[in-house]
Amino acid sequence: MSESVGLDKVIKSHGLVRAVDHVSLSIQNGEFFSILGPSGSGKTTILRLIAGLDRPDLGDIIIQQRIVTLDPPHKRPVNMVFQHYALFPHLSVYENVAFGLHMKGERQANIQKAVSHMLALVRLQGKEKRLPGQLSGGEQQRVALARALVNRPVVLLLDEPLAALDQQLRQEMQGELKRLQREVKATFICVTHQQDEALMLSDRIAVMHGGKLLQVGTPQEIYDRPVSSAVARFIGLSNALSGTIVSCDGGLCRVEPNGLSPVMVSCSPHDSLQGAVTVMVRPERVHVSSNMSANRYDNSLQAMVHHVAFSGNEVVYHVRLLGGAIWMARVPIAEAQACPLTVGQQVYLQWWAQDGLVLPSQSPPC
Amino acid sequence: MVGTGWVGFALPISSMLTNPFATSSAFPVRLSLVSTGLFLGLFFFLPLVLVFGVSLASRGLYGGISWIATWENYQRVFDPLVGVIFFRSLLLAGLTTLVCAVVAFPLAYCLARASRPWQLILLTLVMIPFWTNFLVRTYAWVLIFRADGILNSLLIRVGLLDEPLSLLFTDVSVFVGLVYGYLPFMVLPLVATIERISPQLEDAAFDLYASMGAMFRHVLLPLSTPGFLAGGVLVFIPTLGAFITPYLLGGGQNMMLGTFIQQEFLVARDWPFGSALSFGLMGSVLLLWFLLARTSVGKDPS
Repeated sequence: MSESVGLDKVIKSHGLVRAVDHVSLSIQNGEFFSILGPSGSGKTTILRLIAGLDRPDLGDIIIQQRIVTLDPPHKRPVNMVFQHYALFPHLSVYENVAFGLHMKGERQANIQKAVSHMLALVRLQGKEKRLPGQLSGGEQQRVALARALVNRPVVLLLDEPLAALDQQLRQEMQGELKRLQREVKATFICVTHQQDEALMLSDRIAVMHGGKLLQVGTPQEIYDRPVSSAVARFIGLSNALSGTIVSCDGGLCRVEPNGLSPVMVSCSPHDSLQGAVTVMVRPERVHVSSNMSANRYDNSLQAMVHHVAFSGNEVVYHVRLLGGAIWMARVPIAEAQACPLTVGQQVYLQWWAQDGLVLPSQSPPC
Repeated sequence: MVGTGWVGFALPISSMLTNPFATSSAFPVRLSLVSTGLFLGLFFFLPLVLVFGVSLASRGLYGGISWIATWENYQRVFDPLVGVIFFRSLLLAGLTTLVCAVVAFPLAYCLARASRPWQLILLTLVMIPFWTNFLVRTYAWVLIFRADGILNSLLIRVGLLDEPLSLLFTDVSVFVGLVYGYLPFMVLPLVATIERISPQLEDAAFDLYASMGAMFRHVLLPLSTPGFLAGGVLVFIPTLGAFITPYLLGGGQNMMLGTFIQQEFLVARDWPFGSALSFGLMGSVLLLWFLLARTSVGKDPS
């Protein structure tokens, strides 16, 4: 595979704020690449830099082995699906989709063919004459996709493409996006703040915070081996416990949390961890039970049920540890119904050492 | 629109153009209807009826009104001399509207896209002239345009001219005065319109290979049409009947309809003919309005 888009030590400031801070990235041809981060983390700025709508203060943007840092947007083989679609309200669906080809000076007959082909691909035949205001959210989204893809871009940029859709449409469009990518064979770069979306869609994910890249990797890597507690938190790992490493050998760390009994966490043998650390455990890996008798797990902590949330196929218990920290445990519905727990009940949280993660503590990102 | 108190007042104008019945007030409707009805009846409709009555009367021997009914005044409205003045007015008003639109657009664009504090400052600057009497501001232009005025002495001192140009009392000076006087009426509705155009649409156009000019032609201009229409009406109609500016800056020679009517009333003391001229002006404005409404209806996507 060869590189489709590259960013080389890119810096971009908006006023006093560093929106993008020394970001280097290499995105491969045909990849579905997601940039995941909270709002204000600089992910949209990266898209705008690739599109040419913004220029970096320092560093270079490379598309198809060509440095395009100073090229205007219309000289780049890149098109964008904007956050609120930015469809031209005064133009019909057909005219919206034809806009790019029209601007490129394409022949009328070619435009017609390409546009109707693209409208068929996004399943919008028969709506050519409608104005964007007369379309549903999902249809507007498809027009935005068609308007960008009809130009056969090498790279398609998507800014929060599914954020404005309701839950059901969102799942439908996720499949739709993957299908479209297979058919047009372009590189898709997608910006999102929803971790499940990024995990499901992407070949690789970059996690961003405060203008910096925290980690780049496959969904599996990011999910299983987050490099910092910030990444872990962002990927849905909310159960954290800070403490100090007591010993660490043979791939097993013994961590003493502040004021609680020590816990065991497995770690990779080459990790040289010491001092202050954060222990994290996935909510679906924590077992809750009302008694200690089934004590076959490596770790066990005393806690109190704080809140019970039912979510259809599972029950989410919010429990308060002795130190005051709130943890979550996801329990399958059948298991939860077999031995129900009530708010205020004393419980034990139990988990295997290999289901925990130990990460170096850092000052909270600001 | 997001919190734009300053521009807010300009908005009703543009929405009025598209839908005059779009009211959603909690204010008692009947009370407001009666009060505005009374006000308009007393200060607008009644005088209008009086002027219409006068327009059908004859001129007295010494400038008074003798109440003998006649159509003669209206026949005189179609006199070729009046026609010349009418077309000069039409031309000047049209040209003023056009130039106002061209000058106002970049200004309105900057205003609409400026950050909050800047927007307030710039809008205040646009409004400041209104704090001074219009007559005084027009006199200022007399001082600028006069043979020994600021402009001429500046050009001579710089060495571009040997002797002063006669700028005052020409069509040019009237035109400049009109553009100056009515520019804000074009700027404000345009600001209100452009503010509602998402900047993302401009980005989208650039992303779809549009040059600056193409983006302007295909996106900004069509979406600004309501603002241009509102501003056009606000500039064109008053300039067509304007009389202070052509009177002060045009002298006696280059009359416009407004100065002509004023002269009939005050100099020629022919009130019936002056009244008939006023109704002629009103009729032509209504006719133009009707034509404009007919062409713009149906194009409105809403």
